[in-house]
Amino acid sequence: MKWIKKNLFSTPFNSALTVITLFILFKTIPPFIKWAFIESSWFAESEVCKSGSGACWSVITYNLRFIIFGFYPYEEHWRPFVSMIILFTLLYFTRNKKYRSKALLYFWIAGLPVMGIFMKGGIFGLVSVNSANWGGLPLTLLLAVFGLAAAYPLGIMLALGRLSKMPAIKALCIVYIELIRGVPLISLLFMSSIIFPLFLPEGVTIDKIIRAQVAIILFTAAYVAEVVRGGLQGMNKGQYEAAASLGLNYYLSMRLIILPQALKIVIPPTVSILISAFKDTSLVVIIALYDILKTSQTVLSNPKWMGFSPEVYIFIAVLYFAGCFSMSSFSRKLEEELDREK
Amino acid sequence: MKNKKDVAPFIEIKGLNKWYGDFQVLKDINLSVLRGEIIVVCGPSGSGKSTLIRCINRLEEHQKGRIRVAGSDLTDNIKNIEKIRAEVGMVFQHFNLFPHLTILDNLTLGPVWVRKISKKEAEESAMFYLEKVKIAEQAKKYPGQLSGGQQQRVAIARSLCMKPKVMLFDEPTSALDPEMVKEVLDVMIQLAEEGMTMIVVTHEMGFAKEVAQRVIFMDEGMIIEENNPMDFFENPQNERSRLFLSQII
Ligand SMILES: Nc1ncnc2c1ncn2[C@@H]1O[C@H](COP(=O)(O)OP(=O)(O)OP(=O)(O)O)[C@@H](O)[C@H]1O
Ligand SMILES: [Mg+2]
Repeated sequence: MKWIKKNLFSTPFNSALTVITLFILFKTIPPFIKWAFIESSWFAESEVCKSGSGACWSVITYNLRFIIFGFYPYEEHWRPFVSMIILFTLLYFTRNKKYRSKALLYFWIAGLPVMGIFMKGGIFGLVSVNSANWGGLPLTLLLAVFGLAAAYPLGIMLALGRLSKMPAIKALCIVYIELIRGVPLISLLFMSSIIFPLFLPEGVTIDKIIRAQVAIILFTAAYVAEVVRGGLQGMNKGQYEAAASLGLNYYLSMRLIILPQALKIVIPPTVSILISAFKDTSLVVIIALYDILKTSQTVLSNPKWMGFSPEVYIFIAVLYFAGCFSMSSFSRKLEEELDREK
Repeated sequence: MKNKKDVAPFIEIKGLNKWYGDFQVLKDINLSVLRGEIIVVCGPSGSGKSTLIRCINRLEEHQKGRIRVAGSDLTDNIKNIEKIRAEVGMVFQHFNLFPHLTILDNLTLGPVWVRKISKKEAEESAMFYLEKVKIAEQAKKYPGQLSGGQQQRVAIARSLCMKPKVMLFDEPTSALDPEMVKEVLDVMIQLAEEGMTMIVVTHEMGFAKEVAQRVIFMDEGMIIEENNPMDFFENPQNERSRLFLSQII
């Protein structure tokens, strides 16, 4: 009671705000719950669904496999499924400090090609699946995980390059970073899918997914680079000098002294960039890749399921939220762990 | 205290000049330091004391003159600069410990990565030096958990772990609360008595009188007076030294 008084009704203005907020919540939440849960149907046919007044979640349940796996051959769906299980297992263990060790790194290094083999097939008796048929959640995760994993180290190198004393390297990095940051991701994707192939010699083609992936990596790396540069410039000069006076060379002092501290300072902005890069993977629809957003739109274009877009988009939003939220909670955990060292 | 074998000066500075842009920080500095010698450098703020000792391990580059350290010329031999720095310990005014590493890791980092000795050996030697600066019980803590005096003693131990041939100190006690100054000076005096070659920028007259063989007084980038501590403090030869001493007492 006291808490309510102190925090919600401390001034007339606050009281008014509280009342208005309560009113808005009252007007929106119960109808939503009624729609989403009470009157909703989860497994009904679309005709039944259309006559009801609640949410029709069966658009998800009926089409789940297509939304998740896209045009991947139906009988082979277990393969991207296994890949995702491997990925989630690795991510789960990475989250936990106890398991973070050299061994886990080797598991990652081994796990990534294994996932690729499961997806692509063509050996070990697995039917080869053309990457043009990859789609849905595995594609989104693939673009995101590889994209972020490659963009982060590349961004660090660009930041170091930009602060380098060698004029050529410095200029090159500045030009790269500023060029990329001056262009929206969409146009980079267009360039990689339409303009870039024009320059390839006859007969050479590069997989569309790889081209999109490279565009995402190059784009994200430029932003990571600027954030990391901020961290590096915020470092106390004394740290560089102490490292140098012990006889550490440039590489060792960066690796052992400067980067561990600088990267830690910039965890929050870095994670913001990674989160928005994750969400930006959905832009690959414009070069006709079927990521999870596109597969769900495809479902909606089926006359049978037309008109159920709120359900589908809520589902997609929940998936994206789960991804982004776990990233930011992981970063908070990481910061706490590193902070304990003080 | 001097080793007869090393007649050649361990550090030799000849005609050293350094500019920051148009501003000349060091003017025609000549200085030789023998093995086992302890030299105190003092002078007013901005006179170039820090710059001088930072040139000795090339944290600053000079434009004119020669610096020889342990037989290597610092002028054109930049390739080996890490090797030379490993032989020259440096203690900073603000400690500059690595805050993300434990005390023990601060001490073993150099030996393991630069000297390439085993982790175990490095830890044993680190504990030896921590005992020496009387702080062994803090080995597992992080620098942020220690007092200023303790941090500075750790910084000295960190340098010693590299088994340097000479130690440079840049106002090691001037960032410390008065009650912590003595614990750091005691460590430095002990080091001096064990025969370490030291160049110390400090205004601690007690320290200078007790262990220094020479006091160098700098002003406006020049060495104004070079004298033994007794004469320097009791009977300074130069007008400016006299003025300076009257101010710090
Ligand atoms: N990086 C730099 N760029 C330009 N000028 C500098 C730089 N570093 C030092 N100086 C100048 O050089 C002069 C000498 O500086 P130095 O730090 O060597 O003095 P100091 O004798 O150590 O003084 P203090 O007792 O205050 O530490 C000062 O006038 C300072 O302003
Ligand atoms: Mg100084």
